[in-house]
Amino acid sequence: MLYREAGQFKTSYDDDQAVFPIRQDRWGMAFILAVAYVALPFFATDYFITSIMIPFLIYALAAIGLNLLTGYCGQVSLGTGGFMAVGAYAAYNLAIRVPELNLIVVFILSGGAAAMVGVVFGIPSLRIKGFYLAVATLAAQFFLDWAFSRIKWFTNYTPSGSVAAPPLDIFGFAINTPDRRYFLILVIVTVMALAAKNLVRGRVGRSWMAIRDMDIAAEIIGIRPLRAKLSAFAVSSFFAGVAGALWAFLHLGAWEPLAFDINRSFLLLFMVIIGGLGSILGCFLGAAFILMVPLALNQIPTALGMPLSTAMISHLEFMIFGALIVFFLIVEPHGLARLWALGKEKLRLWPFPH
Amino acid sequence: MGFFIEVLFGGFLAGVLYALVALGFVLIFKASGVFNFAQGAMVLFAALSLVRLLEWLPLPLALAASVLIMIAFAFVVERLVLRPLVNQEGIILFMATIGVSYFIDGFGQTIWGSDVYKLDIGLPNEPVFILESVFEGGVLVNAFDLVAAVIAGLLVAVLAIFFQKTRIGRALRAVADDHQAAQSVGIPLRDIWVIVWSTSGIVALVAGIVWGSALGVQFSISLVALKALPVLILGGFTSVPGAIVGGLIIGAGEKLAEVYIGPFFGGGIENWFAYMLALLFLLVRPQGLFGERIIERV
Repeated sequence: MLYREAGQFKTSYDDDQAVFPIRQDRWGMAFILAVAYVALPFFATDYFITSIMIPFLIYALAAIGLNLLTGYCGQVSLGTGGFMAVGAYAAYNLAIRVPELNLIVVFILSGGAAAMVGVVFGIPSLRIKGFYLAVATLAAQFFLDWAFSRIKWFTNYTPSGSVAAPPLDIFGFAINTPDRRYFLILVIVTVMALAAKNLVRGRVGRSWMAIRDMDIAAEIIGIRPLRAKLSAFAVSSFFAGVAGALWAFLHLGAWEPLAFDINRSFLLLFMVIIGGLGSILGCFLGAAFILMVPLALNQIPTALGMPLSTAMISHLEFMIFGALIVFFLIVEPHGLARLWALGKEKLRLWPFPH
Repeated sequence: MGFFIEVLFGGFLAGVLYALVALGFVLIFKASGVFNFAQGAMVLFAALSLVRLLEWLPLPLALAASVLIMIAFAFVVERLVLRPLVNQEGIILFMATIGVSYFIDGFGQTIWGSDVYKLDIGLPNEPVFILESVFEGGVLVNAFDLVAAVIAGLLVAVLAIFFQKTRIGRALRAVADDHQAAQSVGIPLRDIWVIVWSTSGIVALVAGIVWGSALGVQFSISLVALKALPVLILGGFTSVPGAIVGGLIIGAGEKLAEVYIGPFFGGGIENWFAYMLALLFLLVRPQGLFGERIIERV
């Protein structure tokens, strides 16, 4: 009864093209943003902010990046972890070598660095696709892993190979408490998610989707595969790069190349598949879901009075992720986002069956 | 010169091990068009099963039991993963096998434990000198590596006979050529898939025995699968000899590169050299050395 758009007429082009055309959706979104911006910083504990909300937001951002490439443009990538690493190390080098740069500029530039690397590794996609491309992106992952652990310049010649973020401040505010870090991440993720949402609704996004659905047909209607694919790689890597920089600076603080290894790439792919290929909302749902599984595995057996060993938990995690991937691919290839959409459809009609 | 040959041999023998894993990929890809990312996890699972069963059973029984486990696994995969996903795009199936690979990594370690197990089924393991008449001092190789090479050769021979001479083998080749035509002349696709997944399960078991005897049975075996990918690109996705030749080239290439070029880059280039080689190769000859089909140009 509540979720029904009867009486909401679109009387202008602006109404018709709105991101959230239904009033209830706008209220829902406003409510979520209010909770995220106002309620959480006031009421949530530091633990909740630092170990759930911050990773969740950053994962969601990286998943958006991967989803733009895999879900919208149809190019499978197993190298997201590597592109995140590029962002992280670019941010590190910018921050220590050019200390006067504003933090926001650092993040944007490190995203740009990742975008350039992404384009280079995206070039094979013009000739190959499918598994071959997956292998090519794996090459990116391994090469970047190696580069950041062996080329000493990237780590500023620190003997251990692990680096730490310098003290951060932005317009004179020191980013040193969990709340401030959370707030900075939240602003960046909000802006970039909105940008992604609008990108995929517009000309660029449509050209990506045309390439995904049938590349030859897309080429015939005048979409240049070169431009569409490389722009998808660039934008996707930009998002991954910014996410990597945030992950390193605001979540980890000190890190080594292992923080961005191949498992990170797989995890992000899982988020995208479980959340929903080709959906921005799905990235948030997928990231939340993937983060929740280990937490639930930790908490539920303890609550039931039969605690599991850590090794057992990590094995169960593997099994659950694997089974869920297969399950979602079979039952609902569009993931949680599609389930949510179906739920909304049902809600519109409720309490009537048709 | 002696040193060069030694490195080359070491590389070839590592290549044989890669080829054993790549072989499993090729079998499944040929018959069902599925790029089975779970091959490495299957190698780990098979080796873990064997090594734990050996604790209570004599070798022949444990081997038989492991083979049965891999066949059962093939049934389960066909029923729960392949059948519901029939007619889906290749890339969806590929992602599904990533899921399968995570699942059996977790499952295997849950039921069989996650320590490093020593696998000793009596393969020789002492260094021997060969070619002493040709070079001063000869070339040092490991007898184990030679045995591994022989095993790989035997396996390829058996598979070749299986594919060329038996009724099932002919059916498999028919399916590989054209699914629909094969089905319309009465070849049961589902049975064929079970057979081919079982075969590659058994190949995984052999690979697991060889790797496990060399390194001990441990989680890192499952990562070997990633090294088999460039081998496939080099050899072609559909060619059994390609898997072997590709394995040898990649194995020798990465060892030689590590020894002779590596020091200029700070070492450790083994990790990505194979991929870069494969990438360069893709630009020149996308179907691989022996691959049949030219990939669709985009």
